[in-house]
Amino acid sequence: MKKVVEGSYAIADAVRCCSPDVISVYPITPQTHIVEHLSEFVANGELDCEYINVESEFSSLSSLIGASAAGARTYTSTTSQGLALMFEVLFNVSGMRLPIVMTTVNRALSAPLSIWNDQQDAMAARDAGWIQIYAENVQEAMDLTPQLYKISEDPKILTPSMACMDGFILTHVYEPVEFLDIEKVREFLPPFRPEDVLDPEDPKTFGAFADPSWFTEFKYLQYQAMERAKKKIAEASKEFEEVFGRGYGGLIDTYAMEDAEVALVAMGSVIGTIKEAIDGLRSEGVKVGLVKIRSYRPFPEEELKKALKDANVIVTIEKDLSMGYESALLTDLKGAFYNSPARMPIIGFAAGLGGRDIGVKQIRGIVERASKVKDAGIEAEFEIFDVKPECL
Amino acid sequence: MTRCIVKMVVEPGSTEITKTGAWRTFVPVFDHDKCIKCSLCEIYCPESCIHQIEGNFVPDLDYCKGCSVCAHECPRGAITMVLEEK
Amino acid sequence: MEESLFAPGHRACAGCGMPTAIKLVLDAAGPNTIVVSPTGCLEVTSTPFPESSWRVPWIHSLFENPAAVASGVEVALKRFGKTDINLLVIGGDGSTFDIGFGSISGMFDRGHRITYVCYDNEAYMNTGVQRSGSTPFCAKTTTTPTGKLSLGNPRPKKDLPAIAVAHGVPYVATASIAYPVDLRRKVRRSLSADGPAYIQVNAPCITGWSFEAGDTIEQARLVVETCLWPLYEYVDGALAGVTKVRRKRPVEDYLKTQGRYKHLFRAEGGAEVLAQIQAMADANAEKFGLLD
Repeated sequence: MKKVVEGSYAIADAVRCCSPDVISVYPITPQTHIVEHLSEFVANGELDCEYINVESEFSSLSSLIGASAAGARTYTSTTSQGLALMFEVLFNVSGMRLPIVMTTVNRALSAPLSIWNDQQDAMAARDAGWIQIYAENVQEAMDLTPQLYKISEDPKILTPSMACMDGFILTHVYEPVEFLDIEKVREFLPPFRPEDVLDPEDPKTFGAFADPSWFTEFKYLQYQAMERAKKKIAEASKEFEEVFGRGYGGLIDTYAMEDAEVALVAMGSVIGTIKEAIDGLRSEGVKVGLVKIRSYRPFPEEELKKALKDANVIVTIEKDLSMGYESALLTDLKGAFYNSPARMPIIGFAAGLGGRDIGVKQIRGIVERASKVKDAGIEAEFEIFDVKPECL
Repeated sequence: MTRCIVKMVVEPGSTEITKTGAWRTFVPVFDHDKCIKCSLCEIYCPESCIHQIEGNFVPDLDYCKGCSVCAHECPRGAITMVLEEK
Repeated sequence: MEESLFAPGHRACAGCGMPTAIKLVLDAAGPNTIVVSPTGCLEVTSTPFPESSWRVPWIHSLFENPAAVASGVEVALKRFGKTDINLLVIGGDGSTFDIGFGSISGMFDRGHRITYVCYDNEAYMNTGVQRSGSTPFCAKTTTTPTGKLSLGNPRPKKDLPAIAVAHGVPYVATASIAYPVDLRRKVRRSLSADGPAYIQVNAPCITGWSFEAGDTIEQARLVVETCLWPLYEYVDGALAGVTKVRRKRPVEDYLKTQGRYKHLFRAEGGAEVLAQIQAMADANAEKFGLLD
């Protein structure tokens, strides 16, 4: 039975069902409701775990390094400036192969200060060695939580992961969701039993430094684990569907792609709006489809090439910028196709920056422009969408 | 080794394979007759490489870097630093 | 023959004070101990992969986060009912006084049962002797060089033990590697404190301070005997004990033996600085009642 709750509450409840041993958090808008709900669960005895109120995001993730190395299942959540403050720790966690799971609430990065949604924060952490999966809606963000523990804690993977969900749009929305059943989650997610832990009975050293004769091998094995995660992400999604009856595809999902001439590629909550726009356009006979990227890291190169191979034109719509060279997803996608025989135009739009609304009308505008590319050629490979000339 | 790298885990006390004695220029020579067994040389040794063996304090020259802390701290002047012939 | 919990083969400079401090601290804590360390001399000299000098479980993450990492270890141990394990942070003064200070404040504030040991060599030695918040007044470092307009570090050493006391830390102490019995006792006492503890151990750096080979322990002794490094302990916010100085020596006896203070005996204005440093020592003697 579905219940209407706030997105943040749903996430907190999903975390509760994963039975973390240690939660360490620092409040930041729009992530705060998640950590408040978690602290209420602990205060009410509904969640039996250690909950640390730390003095910064830097310390929230750092403390989880200690807890995870001591054998604890760990959780944190942050957004934007908080994620940026964690930057150094992110690489350290993945390098130490600690399977920490984090809900990354996506929000713009200052300056100018903006508490509203885009995905610049997670994109800036793209190369930090964390698995990044983007949720389309509250239910998916919720269902991702146990899946991520399962993926990250796999002894062949041992790589931290973040469930990315759009700030406010998903954290503060009230939506009907199907709650997870803690017994079923236990069935789906085995307890965390790492092989090496900080233990005086077996006094190992963790976090030694590597000189040039070792460093490459550390990174090679980390890269391989990320490659293995591709299969595991798809498996976890399938197993989750078997137990809970809700499926989300694997690394990607597709919508109306069968005969699509214009293929949109996007991730996060904008997927819902795009689907709505596609429904309208399809009823008018426009052959438009969508590829939803779930896993951005590892990047689903093969899956994307397969899903998009018959499109006449591919269009990315994403909420981030790489100052000096377009947007990250566009670059990645073009790279994926470069050594393949497919030679369709690929263009991209940075949209929805700092919380600017992307509605059905805007999506329709993008599709209309993309439809002309096949005959008229590429007008602009990349564009920052919806810039108001009168404000410049 | 792969497992060791994956978790960055290292075995305890394993720097023992590195014989830092090779760094040494001067070597401590112990006069056991002068020694009063106060064990200060052992306590202060930065290499943890002076041990009491059959009653006498003896430096483990595999590790002794020749820092001469023991010679300076010996209250009886029982330890002399001597240029080592190599 | 009892094996030290800090194995030989580490790469610290010959005559470094730090390994002696580590050895004494681990002696007192015993094998049922977990250690967290920041980046620094200790970390790089003791854990070059795939080797380690540590015979207790040890973890290093970053330069500025050992207090946070240890906080996580502590709650995890609590979670698993392993509260009998001693938990130490052992880090240098750069991490402790400066870059890691925020996370130490958090650790103190939250009341974790962790003993934080700072081996204090009074500068960033791992990167080549740059000034830290712990560098004493008018000491020369590579970022507070002496020159026509400079007599070295313009600021006095930060009083970190007082900051720890101000946090309500139940056990705070200073120690020296020249006083091994006192140091070991303080470590043991800190581990029975009901909450965090802070111990600041004077650990001379032969490279950065520039003194005669073999003089390491003598340096750590002299600084105590001049009253520039008072040995004291605060229990629950009150001064609970000091090591008396039987024969107080003039600060020159200490300063003149080190390259980092050489300029004070030559440069114009050096005499005034020496008088100021003597006044600091006298103030310590008065404040802590170091003399009989």
